[in-house]
Amino acid sequence: MTILEAAKLDIGYRKTKIGRDIDLDIRAGEVLCLLGPNGGGKTTLMKTLLGLLPALGGTITLQGRAIGDYSRAELAKIVGYVPQAGTNFFPFNVIDVVLMGRVAHIGLFASPGKKDVAAAEAALASLGMGHLRDRIYTEISGGERQLVLIARALAQEPKLLVMDEPTASLDFGNQLRVLDQITALAKRGMAVVLSTHDPDHVFLCGDRAALLRDGRLVALGPPIEVVTEAALAALYGVDVEVVELPDHQTHTAVPARGRKPFAG
Amino acid sequence: MKRSLAVDIGLPFGLLVLLCVVSFAVGQFPVSPHDLFAVLWAKISGGASGVPAAVDAVVWRIRLPRIAAAVLVGAALSGAGSTYQGLFRNPLVSPDILGVAAGAGLGAVLGIFLSVSILAVELLAFVGGLGAVAIVYLIGTAMKGRDPILVLVLAGVAMGTLLGAAIALVKVFADPYNQLPAITFWLLGSLTAVTLPDLDAAVPAIIIGLVPLFLLRWRMNVMTLGEEEAKSLGVNTSFLRFMFIAGATLITSAAVSIAGIIGWIGLIIPHVARLVAGPEFSRLLPVSMLFGAAYLLLVDTLARTMATVEIPIGVLTAFIGAPFFLWLLASSRRGWQ
Repeated sequence: MTILEAAKLDIGYRKTKIGRDIDLDIRAGEVLCLLGPNGGGKTTLMKTLLGLLPALGGTITLQGRAIGDYSRAELAKIVGYVPQAGTNFFPFNVIDVVLMGRVAHIGLFASPGKKDVAAAEAALASLGMGHLRDRIYTEISGGERQLVLIARALAQEPKLLVMDEPTASLDFGNQLRVLDQITALAKRGMAVVLSTHDPDHVFLCGDRAALLRDGRLVALGPPIEVVTEAALAALYGVDVEVVELPDHQTHTAVPARGRKPFAG
Repeated sequence: MKRSLAVDIGLPFGLLVLLCVVSFAVGQFPVSPHDLFAVLWAKISGGASGVPAAVDAVVWRIRLPRIAAAVLVGAALSGAGSTYQGLFRNPLVSPDILGVAAGAGLGAVLGIFLSVSILAVELLAFVGGLGAVAIVYLIGTAMKGRDPILVLVLAGVAMGTLLGAAIALVKVFADPYNQLPAITFWLLGSLTAVTLPDLDAAVPAIIIGLVPLFLLRWRMNVMTLGEEEAKSLGVNTSFLRFMFIAGATLITSAAVSIAGIIGWIGLIIPHVARLVAGPEFSRLLPVSMLFGAAYLLLVDTLARTMATVEIPIGVLTAFIGAPFFLWLLASSRRGWQ
């Protein structure tokens, strides 16, 4: 089922057009990875899909309705945003951070009720983070913070999650833990769009990859088909080899550095 | 550990009541606890207090307006301070961030310069404070496409400097024997001249300003996440920002109009309240207001009892506030990372 469809989309800030003619659809239960160099338009595209920036041309249709026809609160019940986990936060308790995800479900003058607390706790528990409930957000690890922000987005009860480099500035173990949770979310029917700088992460969790360069969508399809040596060389201007691992289940990109072609 | 709201609110409330009793009792004309309770009981029961009329006058005519004003202004400045700190996501923000103090200052200084009545000076201060923030807010909304918070802060700084220059200009032309001392004293803040009719005018403005803050208190938490995150969570940020700024500015203007410019309270007290009650705004707002009321009452009581001359409150709050703030900065890990 298609959740979001972008057609002939032009993106950018006010007068500065950053990207154009982007055709993209996002389906329930899939992870779509945005890959491309800095300045390629990943962030601008995500902000436009979130309705934070107006489209400069073309259309975005969300569950059959134009994105502009939704109110902020209606939009938040369909699309959840997971920003990079920073620390410039007041030292809220973790549960208070997750409860903020309920704001679209709570009346203007109201505070969270039992139902909202239950939803927030369920969101934390579904990511295995229930034990952090009463910890202070600024004092937990970077990987935990990222998962708490995912829990906050889940508390919105959206159909689509948009994640801005969810693995950035995490250590190796936390990167894999976050990717595992993202894969699990998609298995339960969530549509996920995430941006990343690591082709291996696309191989690990992406159902499809979208390659963005100079504001254009240069390829869209299954990672094995579109994240190729030629594509990576064109995107980043570096020489890499894409190698199938012996288990025949996943691929990895490694720098070529003039080595002899891998013969495995 | 999560402490109950009753403890967080009950303790500062108890402290405030205790300070009120002490403040009624001490001063150039000490009132013994026995006389104080006799006077209070007489008021409640409607009977005769049996204490000299002078004691009665000191308690009701002199001490009460001043204590009420200290409680009111302290609560107002601290409540506004925690609102602005949340909204601007910055613990270094004080209620005069958008130029409210400078605007009120110019209004009052002009009033003193033109020798209008005290009530008119207060009205001018009130209008000046609201006007300055309104202009800053309009500048902020006119510059679209940039971080609205950043534009507001920078416009507020520019406005504050401009108004400060205007205040300096008026001081140059003011009569150095009659007007200049009054201007200086007002700019340093004082509760000496506050009367009950002054409070009659300020209380409704403060209550009206508090209404949106209390009604929208939980949403303030979401606003502290910043513009984009708050929007993506489904919040109408421009509406909320307007309501919070309008409410906090109304409160600050009313407080400044009766007490002059009392710095540091709106900056320090929210910090202390956050250390005690955490950053969650539904808790932070009432705890801040109680702490602010108790603190200003303490400072004002010191200001009128420490020396034979009345010390301007602004001087005392700065002497206490600045070192305390530096200590917080050096030691606090929970306050802000």
